[in-house]
Amino acid sequence: MAEERAGMVERHGAGVWLTHGLMIAGVLVIAFPIWLAFVASTVTQPEITNPPMPLLPGGHFVENYTAALFSGVNVPVATMLLNSLVMATGIAVGKIAISLLSAFAIVYFRFAGRTTFFWLIFLTLMLPVEVRIVPTYEVVAGFGMLNSYSGLIFPLIASATATFLFRQFFLTVPDELAEAARVDGARPMRFFIDIILPMSRTNIAALFVIFFIYGWNQYLWPLLITTEPEMNTIVMGIKQMFPSGDDVADWPVIMATSILAMIPPVIIVVSMQKFFVRGLVDSEK
Amino acid sequence: MATVELEKVKKRFGKIEVIHGIDIEIADGEFIVIVGPSGCGKSTLLRMVAGLETISEGELRIDGARANEKEPMERDIAMVFQNYALYPHMSVAQNMGYGLKIAGASKAEIESKVCNAAKLLQLSELLDRKPRQLSGGQRQRVAMGRAIVREPKVFLFDEPLSNLDAKLRVQMRLDIRELQSKLGVTALYVTHDQVEAMTMADRMIVMNGGVVEQIGSPLDVYERPDTLFAAQFIGSPSMNIVDASARDGVLNIGGMSVALECPRAATGRVKLGIRPEHLLHAADGPLELRVRMAEPLGANTLLHGTLAHDGPSFTASLPGVHRIERGGESARLTVRPDNMHLFDADTGRRLA
Repeated sequence: MAEERAGMVERHGAGVWLTHGLMIAGVLVIAFPIWLAFVASTVTQPEITNPPMPLLPGGHFVENYTAALFSGVNVPVATMLLNSLVMATGIAVGKIAISLLSAFAIVYFRFAGRTTFFWLIFLTLMLPVEVRIVPTYEVVAGFGMLNSYSGLIFPLIASATATFLFRQFFLTVPDELAEAARVDGARPMRFFIDIILPMSRTNIAALFVIFFIYGWNQYLWPLLITTEPEMNTIVMGIKQMFPSGDDVADWPVIMATSILAMIPPVIIVVSMQKFFVRGLVDSEK
Repeated sequence: MATVELEKVKKRFGKIEVIHGIDIEIADGEFIVIVGPSGCGKSTLLRMVAGLETISEGELRIDGARANEKEPMERDIAMVFQNYALYPHMSVAQNMGYGLKIAGASKAEIESKVCNAAKLLQLSELLDRKPRQLSGGQRQRVAMGRAIVREPKVFLFDEPLSNLDAKLRVQMRLDIRELQSKLGVTALYVTHDQVEAMTMADRMIVMNGGVVEQIGSPLDVYERPDTLFAAQFIGSPSMNIVDASARDGVLNIGGMSVALECPRAATGRVKLGIRPEHLLHAADGPLELRVRMAEPLGANTLLHGTLAHDGPSFTASLPGVHRIERGGESARLTVRPDNMHLFDADTGRRLA
């Protein structure tokens, strides 16, 4: 029996090695292109274009990144980073604010057409942005919001997903809590601010991370409504850096820009990871 | 401290009427227990007093003033919920002080009131804890604390003890009663547990199917139940009810010609109620209990069986230990005339 158990432990050990090996291989496969981009952002143009491509960082890190941040190709990357930051934050905050309020209305108030409104909101879940992009453009242009932060942010704020998620969360909050607050004398908005908001903070954090990245990665919409380079966002800006015709692409700067574009979302995810995971896995009682 | 009056109060959900007109007058400082089976409308009634449900018809007066249209906060009531409904993200102190904070009390005032209430409920050590770090009994006390901090006119309790274990329930029962009489606040307490009703109430209200069956002190209801329902709901084990017919002051039970001295003028078909604990052993007793099962509880013994050979089922609770080897034995029993309750066979009302 002892031998049997030893065998099992051995097999178990092999299993651990195997799974770890697979995992490490997977991480390498995923990380390799990012590593290549990083290497490419630290060397000179000729070194990239002459095969084989280098696999170790070169000595032009500071030079390439300074060039990218402060002059860029069309517009300094710092400007585009700021634009993206404003847009992503605006979308995330706006989406959360609006969907919190609409979910609150749908769950806690009885008004004519409540169910209809909920299903109308829910229906928009089934329409991707691209379907309504032309009419949306028409409206935004009509309001004179082209090339502005408001034009970048407002059309993307409405969120059926978040409304739905908050609705589901509010439904799990016991009714007695709302009643206790009523007996304590809290008016609806007081109840919302004092009780509902603090209770949803893990959900809010999780959704903030998700929507920040969603906003950050927007490509089509900023491409449509920003014509001035000063309003470009970083994700579309990278594409704008690609030369048209016979121009030579400045690959080290483009790669440096790509690496820079990845940093803010990473910071957001890492710094909010604790909340993010808690929001996804548990609902506080 | 206040009086509470309900006059012909009705509640309809859509077209369905669940409470069919209830009249109650509660005196200042009284402890009233509303007791009844689940679905009888007792919680709805309490929630109407609290202002969490609208009153479809009739009038509610708190301290003489009509309160039908008032918001819960304006009624000056405090409620303790079955699942406590503590705000999970607030500390015990914040939970207790929330109502005062909304009312705009100063920080110092909130702190001193919370402190006093905490002392009263032995919560002083726990003021910084979150509800999830507390045991069931402690949460219960915090819910009580939240109610008393606001010094309301009326306490409302909605089955506050049903989530506690049996031992704690006995303790909390005493604590709540003691606290209420110390504070002298009028209290309305809803429960389905007739033991809670018997032990806590100044007066109890027995409800069934949206109507009041009886209002009275616990012993009144026990000794002189107004209706068959009240008779069977209060008391454990519940009252034996058998069909009988009365003629010339003599009672015949189930065709077996057992004549009992009938204490009251009654004729025709009646229902006879006898509490198990009022049956006495007597060698020449008029009732014959065919025992099917015996439950020795130590202090007394419950005998379950039927009257005569195949009559209605019947339970007797006899003091002390009775060794009954096996079913099928029979015991002869008697009952004092003033312990017999007669009810109208059709309406279920007590016959005077």
